[in-house]
Amino acid sequence: MATDVKVPVLGESITEATLGEWLKQPGDTVAADEPIASLETDKVALEVPAPEAGILSEHLVAVGDTVEVGAIIAKIEAGSGAAASAAKTTPAPAAAKAAPVADASSVTLSPAVRRLVLEHGVDPSKIKGTGKDGRLTKDDVEQYVKNGAPAPLVEKGTAKGAEIQTPVAVTAAGGRNEERVRMTRLRQTVAKRLKEAQDTAALLTTFNDVDMTAVMETRSKYKELFAKKHGVKLGFMGFFAKAACLALKDVPSVNAQIDGDEIVYHDYVDISVAVSAPNGLVVPVIRNAEAMSFADVENTIGDFGKRAKDGTLTMADMKGGTFTISNGGVFGSLMSTPIINPPQSAVLGLHRIEKRPVVMPDGSIAARPMMYLALSYDHRLIDGREAVTFLVRIKEAIEDPTRLLIDL
Amino acid sequence: MAEFDYDVLVIGSGPGGYVAAIRAAQLGLKTACVESRETLGGTCLNVGCIPSKAMLHASEIYHEAHSGALEKFGIKLTGAKLDLKQMHAEKSKAVDELTGGIAFLFKKNKVEWLKGRGAFESANSVKVGDKTVTAKNIIIATGSSVTPLPGVDIDNSKHVVVDSTGALELPKVPNHMVVIGGGVIGLELGSVWLRLGAKVTVVEYLDQILPGMDGDIRKDSARIFKKQGFDIKTGTKVTGVSVKGKKATLTVEPAKGGDAETIEADAVLVAIGRRPNIDGLALDKAGLATNDRGQIEVGHDFQTAVKGVYAIGDVTPGPMLAHKAEDEGIAAAEFVAGQQGIVNHDLIPGVVYTHPEIASIGKTEEEVKETGVAYKVGKFPFAGNSRAKTNRDTDGYVKVIADAETDKVLGAHIISSLAGTLIAQVTQAMEFGTTSEDIAYTCHAHPTHSEAVKEAAMAVQGKPIHM
Repeated sequence: MATDVKVPVLGESITEATLGEWLKQPGDTVAADEPIASLETDKVALEVPAPEAGILSEHLVAVGDTVEVGAIIAKIEAGSGAAASAAKTTPAPAAAKAAPVADASSVTLSPAVRRLVLEHGVDPSKIKGTGKDGRLTKDDVEQYVKNGAPAPLVEKGTAKGAEIQTPVAVTAAGGRNEERVRMTRLRQTVAKRLKEAQDTAALLTTFNDVDMTAVMETRSKYKELFAKKHGVKLGFMGFFAKAACLALKDVPSVNAQIDGDEIVYHDYVDISVAVSAPNGLVVPVIRNAEAMSFADVENTIGDFGKRAKDGTLTMADMKGGTFTISNGGVFGSLMSTPIINPPQSAVLGLHRIEKRPVVMPDGSIAARPMMYLALSYDHRLIDGREAVTFLVRIKEAIEDPTRLLIDL
Repeated sequence: MAEFDYDVLVIGSGPGGYVAAIRAAQLGLKTACVESRETLGGTCLNVGCIPSKAMLHASEIYHEAHSGALEKFGIKLTGAKLDLKQMHAEKSKAVDELTGGIAFLFKKNKVEWLKGRGAFESANSVKVGDKTVTAKNIIIATGSSVTPLPGVDIDNSKHVVVDSTGALELPKVPNHMVVIGGGVIGLELGSVWLRLGAKVTVVEYLDQILPGMDGDIRKDSARIFKKQGFDIKTGTKVTGVSVKGKKATLTVEPAKGGDAETIEADAVLVAIGRRPNIDGLALDKAGLATNDRGQIEVGHDFQTAVKGVYAIGDVTPGPMLAHKAEDEGIAAAEFVAGQQGIVNHDLIPGVVYTHPEIASIGKTEEEVKETGVAYKVGKFPFAGNSRAKTNRDTDGYVKVIADAETDKVLGAHIISSLAGTLIAQVTQAMEFGTTSEDIAYTCHAHPTHSEAVKEAAMAVQGKPIHM
């Protein structure tokens, strides 16, 4: 008796995913709840567990196929003595299923369609053809482009962009290969959202610098004790998250967002932290950061980092967020202008810490561990004065962490 | 921008160059075209495709009238005489009209003609005559010229050892013409003089004529040419040509080695191929070099290794054909203008304008075999085509090669009096990814030669009607 493996519920407003990878092949023995495939959605990669133990008998979709919630993607043959059924599961069904996709893309495009596809850099296999045998007509491509095709796969070969040269078939040149890789769904979403943010918000960035001496002293003084008590390293993020909560309370517009003609203010702080994952940047949310201790913050971030690497972050982990902290400093960035994560209105960019000469209050010059801070914000909602005040608050709290204690 | 004299400067006004210049101007670019000849149009219009077709057409009419071939249609002609001078004059008139037409099109589209030879001074400047002009983009379209044969001195003015240009201007019909090279040009010009009364011997180094074409076509066209009176010596190489007065003596020997023999001739046509024209261009000053075949390599947008310098047509790799150059000229101009140009190099038709014509598109059977895909061949002879039979014009056949699994047409090869025209429908269908069934289920007018294309497509499925 075969059991169907279905695409699980992916989360609110997510109805389809792309099959990213088969983790188990036909003939493999699987335990109940063992992951057998990974799916990519707009926001997160997740795994499909085996509903019961048995032998995976066949794949019904191919890698790269789009699957809907509830769709059957594989079958599991119950029992361990299923060697016979494993043997008869040749890869043929999977190949047959994949065939229509391959066929669609191997159908020759007419010259005018080919030109249009190249001109707009769109993937013809993503367009529904209305011509003979489902072929693409020029109109199909034009409609597709008009209705908002995804970002071009390649830069156009214009005179300007001509540095990117593909050798023509007739030139037998070697050693200049290029590889085309499908954009993951995650990447496509990231691309779309970033561009949306730029197109919608009146983005502006304000900068400041902060002397990290006090924070670094506190860290080195208490790091062993902290690690012993809380089981996690005392990092910088705890300080910045707490400083941000303090500053957001003082300047509530930075923690607000625009919804139509209204402004939504939040009395809580949900901080999205940008975490780099193997497939791109993901942004899980530290909820109610205003009520968290240093240790809670550090623990939460540590957990996110680990799960981002494993690809086990869930949709729920990503949803919401009222403010974002992005730490480009870990990669060595000196200064940057981050892009907000809509519908949020601001993002704090942290950068690398390095010793720089600083003129001290007494007029002497000292080498101090300095960091640049950047706050990108939506000027539609946040005034320049508010943005600058917010960043100064953070600077003050980091330079004198005692302020965090006494709410200043 | 005022920093350059022109947006686009095209070097060469052949079918690639003049088309590129006109399209560039149509796209709103300030364009000039460099040409040293007294007339525009390059080799093709002045001493190539066009005058050779004029001579082929005229000589065919003469041959029909003179040979008594029309008598079976009830047309008795006596005293049909050749006036070669008039034939040349009519040809020149056609050439003048067409080259003048391009001059008119240049004026109409505001393309400036810079008379003189172009030589690069930098990637953005070209010396034309004694003047230097600058351009933001430069398109090299200098074409090709006859490849010389070592040990053989071509002198068109003496009318004995000539190249294709000289073979179009012979003042009298030679008694015996030897054509060195059994390719397109040799067979076309050989046909002209054969029809006008010369004995024509074709000497080909390879063991078959028409190198690069489909094997069946090479074999069967050789049979037809021999029937017309061509003496075809394949697998033979020319080791020397000596000229004494108006006579030439060729020394030939088997390509594989063996005893040499001599052939006497009144005219020798050297037609062993063409090579890119790069002499005097000073490519190095633009920072460019050629590949080991003397060609300029280009990217998908016809841009060379140097930004802003493009190359199209015979100076670039690929078949040396006017229509390939034209399409590349349009595409290059579009790329220069920031648009998307497109040329499908897999589907460039090739036509030999002999009688019957020979036309080819896509892959030859040998090429298909090499790719390893399973394929089917459908052939239909014009002997089974009602119109060809009515016209008493049944030489040749249509051969269609299709993928055995997907039925996609991979190539088509035609020998027919109308092959050059018939190949267009297959080319267009192939651009749309046609299957043989698509062609078989397309209605073709009756009675026409084109029905043979349909029947050959039906033959791929093993079901032609009239065979």
